[in-house]
Amino acid sequence: MATIAPERVATTVVLDGVVKNFGQTRVLHDLNLTIRPGEFVSLLGPSGCGKTTALRLIAGLEEPTGGAILMNGEDVTGVPTNRRDIGMVFQSYSLFPHLTAIDNTRFGLDMRKVPKDRARTLAAESLELVGLAALADRYPHQLSGGQQQRVALARALVTSPKVLLLDEPLSALDARVRVQLREEILRIQKELGMTTVFVTHDQEEALAISDRVAVMQGGRIEQIGTPEELYLTPATADVAAFVGLSSLLPATVTGGVARIWGRAVPVIGAAPDGEYRAFVRPEHLRVARAGESGMRGTVEASILLGSSRRTELRLASGEVVAMQHGVSLPPERGDEWLLVVEPAPVVVRPLA
Amino acid sequence: MTAAGTEAAVLAGPADGATPRPQVRLRLPPPAQLGLVPFGAYVVLFLVVPTVLAVATGFFDKAGRFTLDNVSALSDPVVVTTFWNSTWLSLLTAAVGALAGALVCYALLGVPAHHPTRSVIDALAGVLAQFGGVMLAFVFIAAMGRYSLLNVWLSGAGINIYAASNWLYELPGLIPPYIYFQIPLMVITFGPALDSLKPQWAEANLTLGGTRWTFWTRIGLPVLAPSFAASFLLLFANSFSAYATAAALASQGSQIVPLQVRAALTSETVLGRENLAGALALGMIAVMALVMTGYALIQRRAERWRR
Amino acid sequence: MRRASFHPHPVTRGVIGVLVGSFVLLPLLATLEFTLRDGDAHSLVHWAAIFDPAKAATYKPIWVGLSNSLVLMLVTIAVVLLLLAPTMILVNLRFPRLRRSMEFVALLPISIPAIVLVVGLTPIYLVIGRTLGTGAWTLAFAYGITVLPFAYRSIQAAIDAVNLATLAEAARSLGASWPTVVWRVLAPNLRGGLLAASLIAVAVVLGEYTIASLLNRQNLQTALVLVNKQDAYVSVIFSLLALLFCFLLLLIIGRTGNLGAARGKDR
Repeated sequence: MATIAPERVATTVVLDGVVKNFGQTRVLHDLNLTIRPGEFVSLLGPSGCGKTTALRLIAGLEEPTGGAILMNGEDVTGVPTNRRDIGMVFQSYSLFPHLTAIDNTRFGLDMRKVPKDRARTLAAESLELVGLAALADRYPHQLSGGQQQRVALARALVTSPKVLLLDEPLSALDARVRVQLREEILRIQKELGMTTVFVTHDQEEALAISDRVAVMQGGRIEQIGTPEELYLTPATADVAAFVGLSSLLPATVTGGVARIWGRAVPVIGAAPDGEYRAFVRPEHLRVARAGESGMRGTVEASILLGSSRRTELRLASGEVVAMQHGVSLPPERGDEWLLVVEPAPVVVRPLA
Repeated sequence: MTAAGTEAAVLAGPADGATPRPQVRLRLPPPAQLGLVPFGAYVVLFLVVPTVLAVATGFFDKAGRFTLDNVSALSDPVVVTTFWNSTWLSLLTAAVGALAGALVCYALLGVPAHHPTRSVIDALAGVLAQFGGVMLAFVFIAAMGRYSLLNVWLSGAGINIYAASNWLYELPGLIPPYIYFQIPLMVITFGPALDSLKPQWAEANLTLGGTRWTFWTRIGLPVLAPSFAASFLLLFANSFSAYATAAALASQGSQIVPLQVRAALTSETVLGRENLAGALALGMIAVMALVMTGYALIQRRAERWRR
Repeated sequence: MRRASFHPHPVTRGVIGVLVGSFVLLPLLATLEFTLRDGDAHSLVHWAAIFDPAKAATYKPIWVGLSNSLVLMLVTIAVVLLLLAPTMILVNLRFPRLRRSMEFVALLPISIPAIVLVVGLTPIYLVIGRTLGTGAWTLAFAYGITVLPFAYRSIQAAIDAVNLATLAEAARSLGASWPTVVWRVLAPNLRGGLLAASLIAVAVVLGEYTIASLLNRQNLQTALVLVNKQDAYVSVIFSLLALLFCFLLLLIIGRTGNLGAARGKDR
């Protein structure tokens, strides 16, 4: 199994001040990003944020307008795609329709003039790695969407590329297959220790499998950090809004401390004194204990998430807040609860 | 109108004091099959019966007695020659038309679907490939004939293209107009196949270390091969069955099968046989059936790859 | 720039365009030049002659043929709209299992050369001649078959673009009668396909020669061949005009089809 694991040291990928224009439109502004050897980094953002363009620049499928791309310290900006030694999985339909799974998988080896027998062995191993050894002789049109993406992954991995690039490889799949395959990708990536860049618009997906996530917006990286950092200490309001669910509550900031519903909560980042709205996570709201003061809310709706429950309550001001709590608490529409905010750090946004 | 009548009767039902139910019926009245009868009868009368008649008459003589005499005429050297003429003319013009048409499709790659260039080329291709007929013969007589500007210029330069024979009105004269309608037919039939090449394949080829050359040799051409073969067969069938252009150009002689059918239809006897037209029709149908079956089989394979 | 690297280089595109373009356009231009000849000079004399009373007798067959072809167009369109289209709707709604057979039948005429069809149509038109007369309009029954593959494709494309069954069920569930469903709901949604099928019928009828000439009926094409023997110029002029007319028809089909497709994408 270890045959296709890269013998060489995993690669560092650096985007150094990369700028990209399409015609008159600037889609990437001065992008700086260092991806460490063996790291799994996701580029997360809404469509049009530039994440796919960034990936295609690393692949060499687009040329940067400015800046440089380095792999292991070597400037590869002018190196064409076919000599960059990368593996890429596309959104869909990238398998060659006239080749079987195994012939698709060995394509990159044939391009590298690997001897036929060796290529066949390596391709078979790669298919086994993605759990498709049994379907090696099937044509793409005989495979399901999930199976096709596994073959695409095997094909990208078989040459032990310097870096693995994944362009929303799961977005065309059913929810169940999506979760299954993303765990598989994570397992294989850890097994091979290959530097990997993953593009997605699905925050849950990004948080679940990445070592670090870069949240992109309008052609810029808003924040890069571990999933925990992004979730617990979002750097900007955009990140807070995009990653996870929040209720926007009125907050008065004085001296770096926000007062929400009469409670003091630390503020992330610098915020001059004034009136704000704070992003409060559902799990940072709870029902007041006896004797505590809080905000009164009326239960509007409640959904079971499995191991927990999310309930939406309407405040006297008319705002709706979301709160997460244990399943044991049975809410009923119209129930009146007294809510308090936990003192977990919050991000604030100036009032419109 | 039976349907409307039944409807009225049903609607009239609950009128006697009962609350009218909303009439939601997703079922047609039983004789829906009747609706298929007019078209079915039409197709039988004007497609099935003529085809069967055309083939069957070859097996009967003027007196209505069964005979294999006409069919055996298919092995007559004169008939064999015309079938051979039709075949090589179709093979040649289909080959040239397929290559030139494929080049046009290639040149159109990357031109957006709604671009005016595409609309104009599609419309031009449709006219020249399918509705030209006699008019193409006139165009070629005017463009290349004895009195054409081309011939005048060439004569001026001392070249007489009609020195050996008046070939434009004979078998070789069919080659230019046939190629002229084959190219646009290729554009129509092969274009969609070329457009279905996915940019991801080119990009995957690059990321896997391939070049532009390997894209075409290892991916593009193999993927397109079945579509190309299918289109070639369709072009062959198109030439093989074409009549109008040849009829207008070659007013005498029966160098190709359709013209021989004309001779058999308009004169009482050809090669001393009555009802030879039926036998020739049988021969043509046999060739067409072979070619079109091949077309359907290859096309099915091609479409599997194209989703 | 590096995107979709199999697209041709602009120079390649240009070379192919010029080469094949000149092969296609030069004969047409040479033909146009032919119609403009006036001795050794050029003028519109042959074009003006179309309406010259002195030549009216020579050109009469063309006008007869043209008017016959116009009648044939109308009857053929009627066959397409009143016979083919309703049957296709019925098959798609009520007998979806027959769809493949319907397609097979509709595309069959591609495999049967017109010249073969004529052999079998001859006895049938003998019967028609005795019952319905030998009027040129009767040819429309044969032309309906010739048009079948083209008309079928246009209408089926329109049917595939909308969900016919759901539309009909929705209308029925809202209380519409079947005639109302077909007229007020289905026909408007299939308008593009029906229009395209009708225009293609026009093009086919205008260019048809084989069946008319061998069944001894007069239409535009047989008239052009006839007149060509006395006056080559006028038949060439009418050929150019007919080609131009068909080209414009197909251009309209293409553009409206594109508009329909573009609208579909917005939804």
